[in-house]
Amino acid sequence: MSAQAHPKDPQPVIHGLMAEFNSADDLIAAARQTHDAGYSQVDAYMPYPIEEVSEALGHHRSKLPLIVLLGGILGGLGGYSLQFWVATIAYPMNIGGRPFHSWPAFIVPTFECTILAAALFAVLGMFALNGLPHPYHPVFNVPRFALASRDRYFLVVEARDPKFDRAGTERFLTGLKASEVFEVER
Amino acid sequence: MATLEDGGLEPRAVPYKPPVVAPGHTTASVTDKISEVVLQRTPRWWYLGFGISFLIMMMFLTAVTWLFAKGVGIWGVNEPVGWGFAIVNFVWWIGIGHAGTLISAILLLLRQEWRTSINRFAEAMTLFAVACAGMFPVLHLGRPWLAYWLFPYPNTMGLWPQFRSPLIWDVFAVSTYATVSALFWYVGLIPDLATLRDRSKKRIAQIIYGFGAMGWRGSAAHWHNYETAYLLLAGLATPLVVSVHTVVSFDFAIGIVPGWHATIFPPYFVAGAIYAGFAMVLTLTIPLRAIFHMQDFITIRHLQNMGKVMLATGLIVVYGYATEFFFAWYSGHHIERFTFLNRVTGPYRYYWFSLVVCNLLAPQALWLRKVRSSALGLFIVAMFVNAGMWIERFVIVITSLHRDFLPSSWGMYRGTMWDWMTFIGTGGLFLSLLFLFIRFLPMISIFEMRTMVPGTRGSEMTEVPR
Repeated sequence: MSAQAHPKDPQPVIHGLMAEFNSADDLIAAARQTHDAGYSQVDAYMPYPIEEVSEALGHHRSKLPLIVLLGGILGGLGGYSLQFWVATIAYPMNIGGRPFHSWPAFIVPTFECTILAAALFAVLGMFALNGLPHPYHPVFNVPRFALASRDRYFLVVEARDPKFDRAGTERFLTGLKASEVFEVER
Repeated sequence: MATLEDGGLEPRAVPYKPPVVAPGHTTASVTDKISEVVLQRTPRWWYLGFGISFLIMMMFLTAVTWLFAKGVGIWGVNEPVGWGFAIVNFVWWIGIGHAGTLISAILLLLRQEWRTSINRFAEAMTLFAVACAGMFPVLHLGRPWLAYWLFPYPNTMGLWPQFRSPLIWDVFAVSTYATVSALFWYVGLIPDLATLRDRSKKRIAQIIYGFGAMGWRGSAAHWHNYETAYLLLAGLATPLVVSVHTVVSFDFAIGIVPGWHATIFPPYFVAGAIYAGFAMVLTLTIPLRAIFHMQDFITIRHLQNMGKVMLATGLIVVYGYATEFFFAWYSGHHIERFTFLNRVTGPYRYYWFSLVVCNLLAPQALWLRKVRSSALGLFIVAMFVNAGMWIERFVIVITSLHRDFLPSSWGMYRGTMWDWMTFIGTGGLFLSLLFLFIRFLPMISIFEMRTMVPGTRGSEMTEVPR
């Protein structure tokens, strides 16, 4: 840690403080207490999804289902309209005397377009909501953070949090069964 | 579910179940063991295996080059059998892919926790099988370089695809299937790519895995959206996988050829696809788990369960055969009846009999727990099923076409050397891709395995009653 930030600096020149935990239970407890203590700019990092942590940090509903529904509706309507337009206006062809608008034959491509668009919206929507790709992030400046993808759990209180106080927050985090507290460079 | 504690079941009613993950593992050991396979030095046998697969793939390249030069005349297809090996192979490969989606999507929604150790691998198998399958209809076009005409796009010819044709439905179904499978696979890989990025020592590996991971850092807010996306993709893939083989069966069932024009085709094809797919998953899993010492993660329980799925779907397939024969008789239509008699007694009867041996008789061994619990026994049955399902498609495609309504137009079909080279060559493509996959990507989903370890707190996505 070579952060030159002084706790009394008016501008926060560090990203925040990072606490490391050895178990998921410790992280869940810490997330709850941090949230209850009034911190709002908090994020937790863990090697696999833990619902209690997301809940404790106030992530209740994802907007994603709505995005996917929208994608599905657009895909379905788009697929059907394309076939309708092609079969009746752009390239009408008499196949065995069937009507040009032979809708039962259009069900399969409509279904496939619905699924395709919904799936694309699900993945791209997830990327957009999560801000991915995100090549640089300050948390990676802490060498121990590489273990966040193995078996360690981290909680970060960001410096832009109104309640953030370099010394006070560090004391608070150390009191949460954190095995260690790091300063995160910007 | 009733448990011993609440007195719902007699003790003897709870059979011993081998665990999903061998005892003694932690999130760290799971991570290290799976990522080690990718991060260690390339073992020597890998070069040998990949080399042989690559050579077989070069045979495919040769066959395809000659096809481009001479046209489909080098294949055995002619009147009356215009759909030869190409369509047999297409249906066989695409069917194999179905098990991957079933494992990754349907078993996820059904909360079958044992799927976790095989889903990544099975999804990769799906992708590669679909890639092989996609070759055949395109090469069969006659002018394969114009394959993009199948897609609806504004062009100077003022031409649009014929949406009333099941062949166009197939284009939509298969391309959607390939895209959604690739998306699902990639989304599942992101957290594991981040693990590899964080654990690799080489700069180049860090950069490449880092690109793939897109800056994933395991944030709680991200996991929240991630899980939602993963579940929604599973929900979307579930009807999709059922629809793909249904649409493939429409290629046959919508036509009026006797032996194809049957309403049983969609469910019978879907069951056959899952049957063939599980056989292929077993064929690949059994050697790989031994080579990489993954018995802790792919336990005998996984093999047993796959054996059970194979037995169940195999019985549905047999029911499909029986229904076909019943309807041929019940229809009272003499040509329909003739087609099925011709299958059993005609010139292709040996194919039909091997079909019965491979798909009907061999899997009955799976009723025995001893066979289901033995890797070798399962492997042998799976090989029978792999062959049997290829023969099944051969019987459906060729025996139905070679003798139809007019005896004057009857004929015989056999694959030429180029047919065989193309078919075996796609096997080389499949194996080459598979070798690259096991070398460079984690073959078991690391982050999902972490939730399987006792003492971790699985989320809603993966948590199961223990």
